[in-house]
Formats: sequence, structure tokens, C-alpha cells
Amino acid sequence: MNRRSPFFVLAALAALLTLAFLLAPVVAVFAYAGPGQLLAALGDESSREALLLSLRTTLTALALIVLVGTPAAYLLANREFRGRSLVLTAIELPLVMPPAVAGIALLAAFGPSGLLGGLVESAGVELVFQTAGVVVALVFVSAPFFLRAAIAAFASIDGRLLEAARTLGAGPFRAFATVALPSARTGLASGLALAWGRALGEFGATLLFAGSLQGVTQTAPLAIFADFSRPDGFVSALALSAVLILVSAVLLLGVKLLGGDRASEGAAAR
Amino acid sequence: MGRALPRAAAIVLAALVGLVAGCGDSGDGGGASGGSLVVLGASSLTEAVGEYAEAFPGANVRTSFAGSDQLAAQIEQGAGADLFLSADTEYPDELFRAGLVEKPRLFAANELVIAVPAGSDLTSLADLAQPGTKIVVGAPDVPVGSYTRTVLERLPAHEREAILANVRSEEPEVSSVLAKVRQGAADAGFVYVTDARSAGDAVKTIAIPATLQPAVAYAGAVVKGSGDPEAAAEFLDELIAGEGAADLRRAGFLPPP
Repeated sequence: MNRRSPFFVLAALAALLTLAFLLAPVVAVFAYAGPGQLLAALGDESSREALLLSLRTTLTALALIVLVGTPAAYLLANREFRGRSLVLTAIELPLVMPPAVAGIALLAAFGPSGLLGGLVESAGVELVFQTAGVVVALVFVSAPFFLRAAIAAFASIDGRLLEAARTLGAGPFRAFATVALPSARTGLASGLALAWGRALGEFGATLLFAGSLQGVTQTAPLAIFADFSRPDGFVSALALSAVLILVSAVLLLGVKLLGGDRASEGAAAR
Repeated sequence: MGRALPRAAAIVLAALVGLVAGCGDSGDGGGASGGSLVVLGASSLTEAVGEYAEAFPGANVRTSFAGSDQLAAQIEQGAGADLFLSADTEYPDELFRAGLVEKPRLFAANELVIAVPAGSDLTSLADLAQPGTKIVVGAPDVPVGSYTRTVLERLPAHEREAILANVRSEEPEVSSVLAKVRQGAADAGFVYVTDARSAGDAVKTIAIPATLQPAVAYAGAVVKGSGDPEAAAEFLDELIAGEGAADLRRAGFLPPP
């Protein structure tokens, strides 16, 4: 672009404005109270418990998503059937669903008076007001991030590789485990990181479906909400926010690095 | 560089600023915009004050209802509001001491009650101590939560401990406590009489004995820097004695103590 063109200057201004606007709130979280106060606020028992609970519930949710989602994505990526694109779209629906809608939908399905509430109860499982309910909410909102990336990763594997594995005598499971999984690993990992990011930020569905109780269902975002309205709680809210921003940044960076990885691998293969 | 640049850039910037400012005027009111009033009200006032806000002749009123603690925090952070209506006296007093609102005035009172789903077997406060009863309360900082704790503190220690052990969720505002009971997610919740009444047949209520009742008083205060303090004060006057007060009584609120 010609650096002297009016358009270049306008675009540069727009870029500056965009950057300043998007970064100002992020910087403010760290600068408002300063690192000393933020660190001190993280010493609160409620903050620590919220972070630990967030870690525990998101990791459990991710484990479930990987265990069930990976084979499911593999099948969906490799099988042609009627209505496949409809199924793929349906899987992605929670991605664009407002969190409050997700919470209401979960209550309508699995709540005590929900359509499947009796089934949940007869299975001896309690979800509402329980940590398990938080995990259910997290899985619901974040699984699509992983599934979408996993389906794309499995679909992009060269079919001849899998065929070669089978001609060499590998069964379907062995082909999946030794060929498909390693080839799709970067896609799977970046999907996982995105799912983790979404799960860490989950607020609305958790509050509506699982409630908020310190140590049981009050994850970091819910603790931020509770802190905000506590007298002198603003700094605690900022401190938890700072931790979530840092973790999200690391996850995002991971996704970017993996993406770069995949691009170079693809180039090398060709 | 061409001469047109700074001018074009200035036009774009001005347009952006204009867009944001325009939204600010219609969204927050508060500031200098005449004839409109922003009222921040405690969650329990949603219906009664919401109704009166529509009928208020003095100005076009926009309302925002949430936990009083959240509203107070918003005012602390400089939200451009005109009138703050709290479900207690402490938050308005605190803001008054901080110089953020005018002197608070009492405008209503309320009572605490236990809401249970319509088909519930629970009949008394003591029943809430039964193991396995799922109870929801307001968070400690929202007025309904602090009133609930006042009630519990007046109980014998063993009963209080048993009830607290049954608490499954601390909700950010009274309306979400009631929602969890109405939904059948919780077996019981501490709410205001007025909330239980608004829920109609979906919930039953269990009275809390007079000796345990906390003094639930609502105070309102005009926010400093309001664009129309006269209209805001008039709105509060009407809630104390006038059309607004009539709406409050109809909803079950008591006269201020």
C-alpha cells in the first residue's frame, strides 16, 4: 500500500484505534490496582477456592469431551450419511447460543422438573447445585469448540494413509490410534485449547443451572460477579480477572503456535 | 502527505465519537439529557416500581433492576443514574457518606418469608433443618441475603447450623432465589413477602415468626450529578406518599417504618 495515500493514513488510524480500544480494558485490569494489590487479593480464600474449582471443573469437562468427542468426531469426519451437514450444524449450535439460553435449556432438559430430570434422578445423579452440574454446563458450552476442530482435523487426513494402514493389516481401532490420532494431533490440541478457554469463561449457564456456592459451584467468573458487588471487592474481582486473562492469553498463544505448526507440516507434506 | 488526510480522519473520528455519544445519551441518560430519568432499583422492586415508572408524569423513566449491592457498586464506579432505590438502608448510607448520593430517605418496608414449591411438604422454618432439604439464599452482600442471615442468627445454634448446611446456592438477587424455587430446583428459599406474592400459585409461603423478622427497610437517594435532580426527588416523593406509594402497597410493600 502506498504510504502516502490518504487511505493508508486512514487505515493506520483505524488500526491504532482498534488496538487501543481492544487493549485498554485488558491493560486496565492490571494497571487499576497494581500487581501488589492484585497478588494480595488472590490470597483470599474465596478467590483461591474459585480458581481451584475452575481448574478442577474445566479439566474434568475437557477429559469428558476428549474421551467421548474424539471417536465421535472421527466417525463424523469419515462417514458420509444423509443429513450429515445437518448433524454438523446442530453440533455447533451451542457455539452461538447465548450462555443464559444454555442455562435455561439445561434446566429444561436435566433440571429437577426438566424433561429428562426423572432419568437423571433415577440414575442417582444430582446436577443442580452440584459441582457435577457445573461440569455438565461446561461440557455443553465448550464441547463444540473441540468437536469442530477435531472433525476438521480428521477430515483433512489423507484417506490413502488410513487405507495403507488397513492394507498392512491394522484394524479400524489400530488405524485410528496409530494413524488418525497422530496426524490430527495439532488440530485436536488447538480445539482443546479453545474449548478450555470457553469453559474457563463460562458464567451464565453455570449460574442458572448449577447455582453459586463457594467451593461447590462458584467458579472464577461467578466469584468475579460476587466480588464486584461486595464492598471493597473490586480489587478481588480484578485479581481473578487478571488470572483468567493470563490463562486465556497462554491458551490463545498455544492455539496460534499449533496453527503455525500445522501450516508448516502441511507445506512439508506437499 | 495529501491535505485531505487529517480532515478525512477527523471526520471519521468525529462520526465514531458521535455514534458512541449518541448511544450514551439514549442508553444511560443521567447526564444532561432533559426529560429522562434513570432509576436503579432493588430486584424486589421490579414489578411495583416498574409499573409506577411507566406512569410517572414528571419524566420519561428508564429502570434497571438488580441486587442493591450491584447497583451500589455501579454507582461507585460512576454509573450515570439519577435515583437509587435500595432494599436496605446501608448501601444508600454508605454512598451518602462517600458523597455519591444525596441524603437517603425511607420509602417502604417489607417482610421476609420462606418460599416453597406449591406441592411442598415443608410447613415451618424448623423443617428447613431436615437433612437433604435444598435451600437457596441470597449472597451475603445482597440485602435479602443479609436479612436471611439475621433471621438465622436468631435461631438456636444447632438449628442454624443444620439450615446453613442445607444451603445449596447463594444467588446474586432475590428474583433468582425465587426462580430456583419456582423451577423446583430448590426446596425452599428466603425471599420477600412481595416476591412470593408475585409468583402466584407456583409457590407457597411459610411465615417467619415475628420475633425472628429482620427490619427490612427500603431507602432511596438521588444520585449526585443527576441531570434532573428535581424529577428524581419527585419520583422518590411519590414512592413515599403518592401514586408510587399506592403501587407499592398494592404489591404488598409496607409503609416505611
